[in-house]
Amino acid sequence: MTTDHPLIQLTLARLREFIREPEALFWTFIFPIVISVTLAAAFPGESSRPVRVGLVDSAAAEAVRSALAGDDGITIVEIAPDEELGALREGDVHIVVVAGEAPGDPPTYRFDPARDESRLARLAVDAALKRAAGRADPWQAREEPLVVPGSRYIDWLIPGILGMNIMSTGMWGVGFSIAQARLRKLLKLLAASPMRKSQYLLAQMMARLMFLLPEAAVPLGFGALVLGMPIAGSLGSIAAVCLIGALAFTALGLLTASRASTIEAISGILNLAMLPMWVLSGVFFSTANFPEVAQPFIQALPLTALNDALRAVILEGAKLSDIKGELGILGVWAVVPFGVALQLFRWR
Amino acid sequence: MSTSAVRCERLTKRYGDLTAVDGLSLTVRRGECFGLLGPNGAGKTTTIEILEGLLTPDEGDVEVLGLRWGRDDDALRQRLGIQLQETRLAEKLSVEETLRLFRSFYRRGRTIDELLGIVELEAKRHSWVGKLSGGQRQRLAIACALAGAPDLLFLDEPTTGLDPQSRRQLWGVLERFRADGGTVVLTTHYMDEAEVLCDRVAVVDCGHVIAQGSPQELIAQFGTPKVVTHHGTLEDVFMALTGRHLRDD
Repeated sequence: MTTDHPLIQLTLARLREFIREPEALFWTFIFPIVISVTLAAAFPGESSRPVRVGLVDSAAAEAVRSALAGDDGITIVEIAPDEELGALREGDVHIVVVAGEAPGDPPTYRFDPARDESRLARLAVDAALKRAAGRADPWQAREEPLVVPGSRYIDWLIPGILGMNIMSTGMWGVGFSIAQARLRKLLKLLAASPMRKSQYLLAQMMARLMFLLPEAAVPLGFGALVLGMPIAGSLGSIAAVCLIGALAFTALGLLTASRASTIEAISGILNLAMLPMWVLSGVFFSTANFPEVAQPFIQALPLTALNDALRAVILEGAKLSDIKGELGILGVWAVVPFGVALQLFRWR
Repeated sequence: MSTSAVRCERLTKRYGDLTAVDGLSLTVRRGECFGLLGPNGAGKTTTIEILEGLLTPDEGDVEVLGLRWGRDDDALRQRLGIQLQETRLAEKLSVEETLRLFRSFYRRGRTIDELLGIVELEAKRHSWVGKLSGGQRQRLAIACALAGAPDLLFLDEPTTGLDPQSRRQLWGVLERFRADGGTVVLTTHYMDEAEVLCDRVAVVDCGHVIAQGSPQELIAQFGTPKVVTHHGTLEDVFMALTGRHLRDD
């Protein structure tokens, strides 16, 4: 096969268009790093975060203040009585403590028991105040703080960002460029030439898979080298998961672009397809947060399968045989949309 | 071997209630330049797209270079050069990369250097398509159509929107193609263009051919100007036949 083979020329054309588009490069390579670092800064390791306790100023509040001040795990925030609810709602404080009126009266805690941070804050405040009031601890447990490799939020986050990126690049990269070629009547001109239509579609997929390697290597390398994320699984397994994930999303990109002939239409369809997965598929927070009844749907989404597979391989060192279920789901998402897209595809 | 490059009979194409092409018949001889003239919406583009194998007619019979769509598609596509109305080539590919891409689809054809020479774009070889002027882009589109050294070239409004100098440059490209024995079928709004380029023209209105012949024949037959201030032109022919100007835009 010489470089003048149409498949190579078509693939090169797509690759050239991609690397000559600075915005595409930003979204593919820089954005995942920016978002990882930003989120890692916003959510540092759980242990280092003190709970924020709102204290309503009053004569009796002084005793509470001094009782809490000695605890490293507690940050006191002064609030006016009429700001209590607002501060709780905004997340400025996790709990509000109102001191009892007379010395020795028990305090009042105001907090939302549905929020994890608020329950945590209640335990910390309650223990500190009771200790200050003279409660004797029967014993002090010996604490052995352990940092389990791969257990930080950032470690959990990076595979999700990688999965999200594979989805976005696959769907935008393939979907948008095809819709644009149709809009420019370029697809029609190609269809009028002796070009084989299957080679055009194959070239779109090949070009997409070629930028998969740097696209996956950048966030993983950044995570491993700069943020200290452990990579437990083999690089071969990671590559295999990325590849089948990319195929699934390329097929979906092809499907979304099979008819769209305006930029508005393709943007709308792509966002409609991707938005539920951004929220539901465990990119930023675990899918376990959603109710049991929604789980079959969530687990069947391709991004959920990809994220679960990536985390299992990267963080837990899973082998491909351990993630057969996820790979199967991705395989179905690669084959079915591709087949449907070929049926629906319009060249004009 | 058939002496006609294109032969079609009683072509009909409907879109819902609209009949875009309505029993249209025409013959294009090998080696000639044939013009389809007509106002917007006359059915020119639909007709040419049927001849190019991009549309399937509802009724009628088409033969191109003695071959048929649906049976000889691969062979036919290798021998045709096609330029479509309003195609915009990829802006971020260079002229050379674009030509190399189109050349790769053909089993035989011209070299990139030859193509650049034919359309006089040697100096723009490494420029991105997005940086080209309208006339340069149109010449590149023609070069893409010529990549496979076609026997028959279809051009749909090749000079619409070009300045006079760019139009003349493009005419030069077509004259060189014809000098090598190529056949051209084109649609145009411009009467002067048809008079200069075309051996024969068909005037199309409401989906069928209302007059056919050489520009001189048509002028002799229909083009006597009502006020004797100038010689008859195809514009007069068109006015006489349809009561409208060719360019109503």
